[in-house]
Amino acid sequence: MSPSTLPRRPSYLELRGPIPPRVYITAGLSLLLLVFAAWWLITGQGWVSPIFLPAPAAVWDELWRQVREGILWEDARASIYRITVGWLLSTLFAVPIGILMGNFRFFEGLFEPLIDLVRYMPAVAFVPLTILWLGVGDSQKFAILFIGTFFQQVLMIMDNVKTVPYTLIQVGYTFGLSKWETLFRVILPAALPGIWDTFRITLGWAWTYLVVAELVAANVGLGYRIMRAQRFLQTESIILGILVIGFLGLVTDYLFKGSYRLLFPWVERGHER
Amino acid sequence: MNAKLVAEHVGKTFRQRHRWVTAIADLNLYVVENEFVSLLGPSGCGKSTFLMMAAGLDFPTSGRLLFNGSEITGPSIERGMVFQSYTLFPWLTVAENIRFALQKRSLPRSRQDELVAESVRRVGLEGFEQAYPAQLSGGMRQRVAIARALVYRPQMLLMDEPFGALDAQTRLLMQELLLRVWESARTTVLFVTHDVDEAILLSDRVYVMTARPGTIKAEVTIDLPRPRTAATESTPRYVELRRLILEQIHIEAQRAFTSMAS
Repeated sequence: MSPSTLPRRPSYLELRGPIPPRVYITAGLSLLLLVFAAWWLITGQGWVSPIFLPAPAAVWDELWRQVREGILWEDARASIYRITVGWLLSTLFAVPIGILMGNFRFFEGLFEPLIDLVRYMPAVAFVPLTILWLGVGDSQKFAILFIGTFFQQVLMIMDNVKTVPYTLIQVGYTFGLSKWETLFRVILPAALPGIWDTFRITLGWAWTYLVVAELVAANVGLGYRIMRAQRFLQTESIILGILVIGFLGLVTDYLFKGSYRLLFPWVERGHER
Repeated sequence: MNAKLVAEHVGKTFRQRHRWVTAIADLNLYVVENEFVSLLGPSGCGKSTFLMMAAGLDFPTSGRLLFNGSEITGPSIERGMVFQSYTLFPWLTVAENIRFALQKRSLPRSRQDELVAESVRRVGLEGFEQAYPAQLSGGMRQRVAIARALVYRPQMLLMDEPFGALDAQTRLLMQELLLRVWESARTTVLFVTHDVDEAILLSDRVYVMTARPGTIKAEVTIDLPRPRTAATESTPRYVELRRLILEQIHIEAQRAFTSMAS
């Protein structure tokens, strides 16, 4: 409620105030259009050389060329496959280890120093090592995506588990549940929405590590296409690759957001200020 | 005398940073079967800590705490707990939350349904069986918490300021509801509160606690006839009991205040 009882002109800039969905969506789309218009204007007026920034039309043509020749589909398929496997591998380890760390101080003490140490190491620096260890196949790409994702993901899952109020655990105990029953029937269902959100965020990070993973020793993939275009100064191909990665990342993000609402209809929404 | 819960010289000290703090010292009390007893004291007097120990979720560092004559070694399905904060499982509906408490009672599904329906009725939540906790008001959530703690028929109910977070009107309605439920079920109850009126209205006996270290200062028998309602609060005997308890608290508060000043 506004402090005044008189009807007022609705303001879209109240602290945490609600705004119509129409305004919310229009604002976001407008900014996207504005950026695009600026791009179109700058290149159309010849203010920058196409070597540095090609026109939208050039990128569009490049898109059609890649679609026609089947390159785009092949690259996207290879990259999606690598990201899916790399991220799933990370998740496969991060979920159980994160749950153990969030629930048992022993496992937190055991794993955290190691994880914190590796977490700050740049994933790019592991490229030569992973090639040495795993060769130039897909398993090397999985390894880079794993290194880039796992060490953050596991800590986030630990935090998701820790946000479950201790009183919920105590309630489980007073109903006669054992330690493990409490873990599986109280803590995990309570932590699941947070873990699902962690999945969404870390999958986004996996997309950002794609180019690193396909930096060397690749002959297909969206990241590879960008690196190759760099060598031949095909700026329109670079921009296309970036846009496609951004678009695919956005789609996965929305898939997770949509499924979150379906899976957890009981979650209290934070919009009530 | 058939004492359900007995505390003998119970003490609790814990380490806070670099010094030892005595939260409870030489606390003695008992709760008889089918009795409603309140533990009344200011915040920070250790009354909630004591209740946690009675639930078996924490342990005394000295003295003994007995349930049915044997020492409490951990949580038990025979001692139900209603917490101060909202402790419903948010991913379960009202009916599912209540049913959750029944899982260690090995009852057939149809009997479970009966018990869930009965306790929903008892706390007046018909029509909300399929609602999620997030859709309920604070008072309704605590009603579900009470229904959940009663449904599996524990021998004793431990209540930790269950109405502490509610507004005054809802609070009074909840007290009346608890009176009705208790007067029909007659479960043994140990009820922790800092509200004098709440303690008198609900209890058979009230233990008045002092703070730092927490111990029993006085024991007052509430001989008001039952059934009681909010109207009980205007009877002469009620007013007299209230003055008696407030006097005890006042002396204690003054003592604490002067010792703090010196």
